[in-house]
Amino acid sequence: MKQTVSIQGGVHTDLHHDSAIKHVTGAAEYCDDIAEPVDTLHAYLGTSKIAHARIKSIDLGAVRAAPGVVGVLTARDIPGVNDVSPTGRHDEPVFATDTIEFWGQPLFAVVAESRDIARRAAELAVVETEALAHETDVASAMDAGYPHVTDPLKLERGDVREGQKAPRRIKGQMRVGGQDHMYLEGHIAFAMPGEDEDVIVHSSTQHPSEAQHMVAHVLGVPSNAVVVNVRRMGGGFGGKESQMNLFCAVAALAAKTWNRAVKIRPDRDQDMESTGKRHDFLVDYDVAFDETGRIQAVEGQFAARCGWTSDLSGPVTDRALFHADNAYYYPHVRLTSRPMKTNTVSNTAFRGFGGPQGVIAAERMIEEIAYDLGRDPLEIRKANFYGIHGDVTPYHQTVEDNILPRLVEDLEQDCDYQARRAAVLAQNAKGGIIRKGLALTPVKFGISFTATWYNQAGSLVHIYNDGSIMLNHGGTEMGQGLNTKVAQVVADAFQVDFDRIKITRTTTEKVPNTSATAASSGTDLNGMAALNACDQIKARLVDWAVGRWNVTPDEVQFHPNQVNIGGEVIAFNDFIKMAYMARVQLWAAGFYKTPKIHWDREKGMGRPFYYFAYGAAAAEVSVDTLTGEYSVDRVDVLHDVGKSLNPVLDKGQVEGAFVQGMGWLTTEELWWDDAGRLRTHAPSTYKIPLASDVPREFNVNLADWSENRELTIKRSKAVGEPPFMLPICVFEALGMAVASVKDYAECPRLDAPATPERVLMAIERLRG
Amino acid sequence: MQTRDEIRFLLNGRDVAVQAVGAGDTLLDFLRIDRRLTGTKEGCAEGDCGACTVLVGRLTPTGLRYEAVNACIRFLASLDGCHVVTVEYLQGPDGRLNPVQQAMVEHHGSQCGFCTPGFVMSLYALWMETARPTAQEVETAIQGNLCRCTGYAPIIRAALAINDYGSAGADHLARERASVTDRLMALRDGRRVSVSDGTSRAILPADVDDLAAVLAEAPGATIVAGATDVGLWVTKQLRDISPAVFIGQIDGLRKIDRRDDGVVLGAGVTYTDAQDIIAEDYPHLAAYWDRIAGWQVRNMGTIGGNIANGSPIGDTPPVLIALGATITLRRGGERRTLPLEAFFVDYGKQDRSAGEFVESVTVPRPRGGHHAAYKISKRRDEDISSVAAGFNIQVENGVIASARVAFGGMAATPKRAAAAEVALEGQPWGAPAFEAAARALTSDFTPLSDMRATSEYRMKVAQNLFRRFWLEQSGEDARLKSA
Repeated sequence: MKQTVSIQGGVHTDLHHDSAIKHVTGAAEYCDDIAEPVDTLHAYLGTSKIAHARIKSIDLGAVRAAPGVVGVLTARDIPGVNDVSPTGRHDEPVFATDTIEFWGQPLFAVVAESRDIARRAAELAVVETEALAHETDVASAMDAGYPHVTDPLKLERGDVREGQKAPRRIKGQMRVGGQDHMYLEGHIAFAMPGEDEDVIVHSSTQHPSEAQHMVAHVLGVPSNAVVVNVRRMGGGFGGKESQMNLFCAVAALAAKTWNRAVKIRPDRDQDMESTGKRHDFLVDYDVAFDETGRIQAVEGQFAARCGWTSDLSGPVTDRALFHADNAYYYPHVRLTSRPMKTNTVSNTAFRGFGGPQGVIAAERMIEEIAYDLGRDPLEIRKANFYGIHGDVTPYHQTVEDNILPRLVEDLEQDCDYQARRAAVLAQNAKGGIIRKGLALTPVKFGISFTATWYNQAGSLVHIYNDGSIMLNHGGTEMGQGLNTKVAQVVADAFQVDFDRIKITRTTTEKVPNTSATAASSGTDLNGMAALNACDQIKARLVDWAVGRWNVTPDEVQFHPNQVNIGGEVIAFNDFIKMAYMARVQLWAAGFYKTPKIHWDREKGMGRPFYYFAYGAAAAEVSVDTLTGEYSVDRVDVLHDVGKSLNPVLDKGQVEGAFVQGMGWLTTEELWWDDAGRLRTHAPSTYKIPLASDVPREFNVNLADWSENRELTIKRSKAVGEPPFMLPICVFEALGMAVASVKDYAECPRLDAPATPERVLMAIERLRG
Repeated sequence: MQTRDEIRFLLNGRDVAVQAVGAGDTLLDFLRIDRRLTGTKEGCAEGDCGACTVLVGRLTPTGLRYEAVNACIRFLASLDGCHVVTVEYLQGPDGRLNPVQQAMVEHHGSQCGFCTPGFVMSLYALWMETARPTAQEVETAIQGNLCRCTGYAPIIRAALAINDYGSAGADHLARERASVTDRLMALRDGRRVSVSDGTSRAILPADVDDLAAVLAEAPGATIVAGATDVGLWVTKQLRDISPAVFIGQIDGLRKIDRRDDGVVLGAGVTYTDAQDIIAEDYPHLAAYWDRIAGWQVRNMGTIGGNIANGSPIGDTPPVLIALGATITLRRGGERRTLPLEAFFVDYGKQDRSAGEFVESVTVPRPRGGHHAAYKISKRRDEDISSVAAGFNIQVENGVIASARVAFGGMAATPKRAAAAEVALEGQPWGAPAFEAAARALTSDFTPLSDMRATSEYRMKVAQNLFRRFWLEQSGEDARLKSA
């Protein structure tokens, strides 16, 4: 028998997203595409039209009376607990009862024969309120004495006072804007009632287990009564980690109340007004350094606009501090977070999870030093990398896997940084209207949930007796190609072609107590859990074959689509059929937990991260000094994904993250009016990048020499979040072009996002 | 006049006739809810994300033409006599992927996949027009499509390679062209169409005279041309637009006439229809035109609608005012013509009485001079301007003989900068005149602050546009290549 050279679709190979054909034909099923049972009802939220108020009365008479309306749901209709807070702080009611905390807060839901009827009826509510003073901005909230939504964190190492005796010291402040997820598929949940207390909820959530627990919590039933299913999401980016809880709960509540299927899908405007976003930060920094540019001490306060509840603001603001060093060693450091309550929607997870706001502050301090000393910021960066003068982070974890010196050196050479910087400086020296900027910035990003217990995962692998394989795991697919990568791991384990594996929807019925697909951890966790299941099945198969063929375990080898047993070659299908007939258990539940990690938040010490992912990027921009408009002329990226499971998908993540991060720092601006209403609540007013915003020349490469030094799945590294911070180079290059109008004598101190307006106003400020 | 009480069109090659049609019923809901064609997605319901992109084929003087449009704000009633093509139709009878789809798969153009059908449809429309597009043409074709996952790079790579996977001529939509044309011709019965869902009514007049008659009968009716604004009244403001009078299908309003005194654009002429002839007379508007909304909206939206809705931030009024365009209104058999700037009375108030409608816009012939059009926005493409400006400066013997400078985004209406024009006129053609005009601008405008820009920025940038204009006219590099 001729042996196949290798399987199709194994690990470390380029493979299409498993749903690619379904995507391009429109056949991929999203939650709103599921065929609706007869008599399906539709729910819609009625929300507040004031930012902060005491509720005097809510009259829903006209809502109920509207033709086609079946009923309304308020807090009083909740049989369990009126709360969907993801961290158990019990601070997030489904429906407001006595106080309105932000414009757009859910007050009730109307359930009707059609979505259009429900949506129109929701407008008929008469809500009487007594207005209270509101604070939407983080600075004004601090001034007004607003509370923290959760406990602040302090990270401290060394003696900051001592370090601040360094020859030079700069204090400054930076505003970093938030960001809407703008997933193309908005929030949605579709619930079907069952017998007893049962309910099945189809949804587009990154965290089916949490949605399950929250539905149970709201309905007052045990978790075993609730099933949550997710086939795929039309984008998540963190926006569907905790924010779907409310929609799942309302759909389930309505389904059980009327014993009919109920779908809830907010319009895009309501989605953006009433669900959380990336946290805006106000960072106060104080950096002390010597004449060579070496940092001696850093003190920083990271205040965040958290919104009206804690949601995930605690771990988000923690992660900002964890990344306020980015790639740099701080001999003396003290970092504090201030998770501020504000009368805005409760901010939540978003790709990077606070990390980007920490990293950009670190890079701002580098810029300050460089402009102060009249040096190239890249020199200052290199002088402060971990490993030169120290390798212990502000949270007392030792950086053991730093590859930035090599990675940055490679990129600097490949993109011809030095010659291009000279050319940019020469061009600007001519003093034209169009100014140029060039910057090269690194990223170091810690991988693991800082909530240590989240770093576990499960899987379920079946081999049916015809040799076909079903794969299920706790992760969710939102476009990142998680299912593809995990199936590659399974294909590799059994040495069978990828097409033999059926990828199934994520469901709480198959793998319980899963973690959110978040923190870039999807493949690390679920890939290992799947491998564990495969290894169990293989061990049973080997054990059986050893007895059946009277060979040693080493003589049972899985070759491409066949098994070689002491020289006898059997097709995989036949082998499986024989094993079935011999009563070998052909399925297994796999499990994985990340080793080595631990974290003591009280002490601010531990090893919260299993490893770090690295990357660097260089951007060249042009800025119109009359209007503040700009173009990103060229970007070069070199990014570390360890030994990639699927290089083409990983490259897609890097490209996508770069452009998304560029949007955060350039055109994506959240704007609240004086009444506390978000006025950028749809793509007509909130501008994410378009094709024409992509760098005119965009060179993206993976550091193919890198391997994870930790024993991760096939030595790969997480890729979802780390590249999101690469476009800080664009932001800094814009700053350089701005600074050129004053001959680089002053740090341009751009705030983010650097809209054309902010760029022009910074130019005007420097020109005096 | 004989009236028909159902709309008739083709959907993916099949005949469709619907009687129960409301004024505000959208094509997207019809596809997804009534027909269960769920490949077309709803992302924003306001024509800004492109997830709902479908093709609409219609008969034009040059034959059957397919255009990418947003199904979310396209009213069902407006499809009478058209061929609607959704992503489900692309694979063809043999089930093989269309070359556009194949290219998207091969180049990893999808991640979450939700925006993908919309991209496929926009790229399909482009490919039928241009087999081997440039990267810039691709970017223009997908201006109205948002992708949040890929960063667009793989989509652009796919778009550039489509023709490697097959030729547009062999595509089944191309092969059916003659038969579809015949079938669409057969749907034309020259009748007024009047349909209702029981609570609202949509009327499609048979021709311009019929439109005048319909509006005489129902002066309070909502006139719907491309629906790129009225669509949002329905999907976002939940407004009742009944009775709605649709004018996009009236051939007489889609006419473009080149006359001695200028080009007369019927009120139903879309941005796309007008693009070539405008750019021919006024080359400075070619790039500006590509920055009006996205491709889908340019294929639907009309210049007449852009004017008639009276928005202070419409893209065409400032540049057309600068050119000295006029507008012709009609009520019954009466017509009147006025300078475009005179049409805009105040915020939300135009010089149009009940029953009157915009019939045409006349753009005068070019007569030399110095021209420019500027649009300043947060995002380069598919954005609403913070400030838009049209410059038209006539110079005689080194002296500025006349200046027409109009701005959008600076006041409650599109408006000429009267004081700045005075500061320019009679002055020597040179930097000092433009500096003086920039200074004078503060007495012309007190712009608002909103989510797009602050008052300070609007004023500063508007003033700087006078400087940019002068620098460009004197040959300096004063604008980004992409702007």
